[in-house]
Amino acid sequence: MFRPPPRASGYLHIGYGEDLALVQTRTERASLAVFAILLAVFPFVASPFELDLACQVFIASIGALSLMLLTGHAGQISLGHAGLIAAGAFTTGILAREINAPFWITLPASALTGIVLGFIFGLPSLRLRGLYLAVSTLALHFIVIYLGGEYETKRGFSTGIVVDPPRFAGMKLTDGRAWYFVLLAAAVVSLLICVNLLRSRSGRAWQALHVRETVAEALGISVARYKLLAFVISSGMTSVAGCLFAYYRGFVSIEAFDLFLSIQYVAMIIVGGMGSLLGALLGAAFITVFPYLIEALLRLLPNVQKLAGEIFAVNYAAFGVVMILFLIFEPLGLVGIWHRVQNYFLLWPFRYKPLTGARK
Amino acid sequence: MDSGSPPSARPGMTTRARVGQSLLQLVVNIIVLGSIYALIACGYVLIYRVSRVLNLAHGELMMLGAYLVLATASLFNGHPAIALAAAALLSLLAGALVYVFLMRKMTGEMVLAAILTTVALGILIRGVLILIWSAQQQYPAQALGVTNPSFSLFGGARISFWSAVLVATTIAVYGTLLGFLRFGRWGMRMRAAGQNPLLAAQRGINLHGVYALAWCLSTLTGAFAGILMALDSGLTTSMPVIGLKAFPAALVGGLDSLAGALAGALIVAGAEVLLIYYVDPLLSDVVPFLVLLAMLVVRPWGLFGTREELDRV
Repeated sequence: MFRPPPRASGYLHIGYGEDLALVQTRTERASLAVFAILLAVFPFVASPFELDLACQVFIASIGALSLMLLTGHAGQISLGHAGLIAAGAFTTGILAREINAPFWITLPASALTGIVLGFIFGLPSLRLRGLYLAVSTLALHFIVIYLGGEYETKRGFSTGIVVDPPRFAGMKLTDGRAWYFVLLAAAVVSLLICVNLLRSRSGRAWQALHVRETVAEALGISVARYKLLAFVISSGMTSVAGCLFAYYRGFVSIEAFDLFLSIQYVAMIIVGGMGSLLGALLGAAFITVFPYLIEALLRLLPNVQKLAGEIFAVNYAAFGVVMILFLIFEPLGLVGIWHRVQNYFLLWPFRYKPLTGARK
Repeated sequence: MDSGSPPSARPGMTTRARVGQSLLQLVVNIIVLGSIYALIACGYVLIYRVSRVLNLAHGELMMLGAYLVLATASLFNGHPAIALAAAALLSLLAGALVYVFLMRKMTGEMVLAAILTTVALGILIRGVLILIWSAQQQYPAQALGVTNPSFSLFGGARISFWSAVLVATTIAVYGTLLGFLRFGRWGMRMRAAGQNPLLAAQRGINLHGVYALAWCLSTLTGAFAGILMALDSGLTTSMPVIGLKAFPAALVGGLDSLAGALAGALIVAGAEVLLIYYVDPLLSDVVPFLVLLAMLVVRPWGLFGTREELDRV
């Protein structure tokens, strides 16, 4: 796991409030303000395509953050993330279709489905570790997908379920900009939930059981309870992301949630950087934008007509290459690169690293 | 979040299993499907037993072997035997290349990192294969100029020629591998490396050589399965699904037991064929994983596997 380098100097706190504040220095406040303004201005200058991309990034961020909680912090491997997103999306789709439920019913219902499934996904973790746990989540993914497919065929929605846009006080949410702010808010709330979970008792318990379960148990942490908690919270958040995905796309089909999506989410936290929430956000943005980036690059090439039909194959191959490159050459991910750049400027004009272990 | 997956087609086995009418036909179907799973599963077992890496690219490597037949068929036009041998040889080489250029760098890394590297490799292979041969269904049997006659067995059951070859190949591969691991010099080295890599290296065993050999053999047996399946019922890019479905067979038998993989394959195939026939054909894709979950609850280390410490995060 990566720890950020020690700052150039410590900060003096003379109250608990200051110590608990999320944003501590003037520079941080200023950069946050600039970032917030940029995010607020973005939808008014962006094209509809860029707006759609940003919305996809926000949805992916929620999923990546929750997977980061589970894998990066609690240390429980999951290869069934797409199954949980599918569960949220299908709960929304089915409820909206069958009983015409409004979003304030489908959203909590999706979260509840996620929580229940998270409990089920988490049960094997009490007995299995590492590879065997990964395999059991993989199996559960296939079962969830099977159940969704079964529903689609039995009810005659073999191509997928159409979900009407949600209504806020009689207004339909269809505008791209409105969606942008709704999804941005959802992503920010998820980020705050994760940050606060991680700096409280549960977060410390997860870190402990990630490093060594026996020691965690000896420290008085109920390993079973906190493992299940990690699965339940992570799955609940993931299912909410699935619900938002269903409403945003207006369409739910089992084809969208194949194993490749699970792998994409795992790739997000790997590419972003294990054990860092910033990494989850960076990874989500990178992996979501990546296929469009490849497409744009391909368009620059001559005789692109030949490749036009095979663009998804190029995406596949490029995705595999990028994942391999990160795993072999940059296991710390984008966040590792970011910290290295930060370090360079913090230490300038010196070039050596700060003493390792200075603030562990 | 466009997944961009290739159009998925149901594997050929399912439809054939559904057609089966007599009880005897069901038995034949179980044996054929079990042979497929067993032939694929021994690849998982070989690599896991020797290097404790789960190779999730096995399905794609198997598909690679089948596509290589298409390439060699046009190269050695009119000589199916030479083309098949060349394809098998090339896939052996592919296994060695995968180890030397990729998995060698992952030795000693976290289990998750090694698994994900194989996953990424699988995605890469799939992308490259689609780029070269497109996602459409291919018929290597036509390219080779061989036919696939179907034989009548006793009691009205039928079996196609290449399925019969597949069953025979599975028996031969298992016989050879079991003998090789038991009596062969390199087989003994492989067992030693699997038991305790540190001690094995201390005794002068070339660990990299042993690991590379495991990857070669695994890819070769996988390619056998891929080639024979493609000759039997055509070749699409959804073949890795079958590779993934064979993984439960390896785990049910015990990930480090070759004989276990055989038993596991028959159990999984039996459950799959019977449930498809008597309950619901849609179950085809989940049955192996249901069996897998049941096994993980009861005996995570499998029927014949050694009860290792399941602590390798």
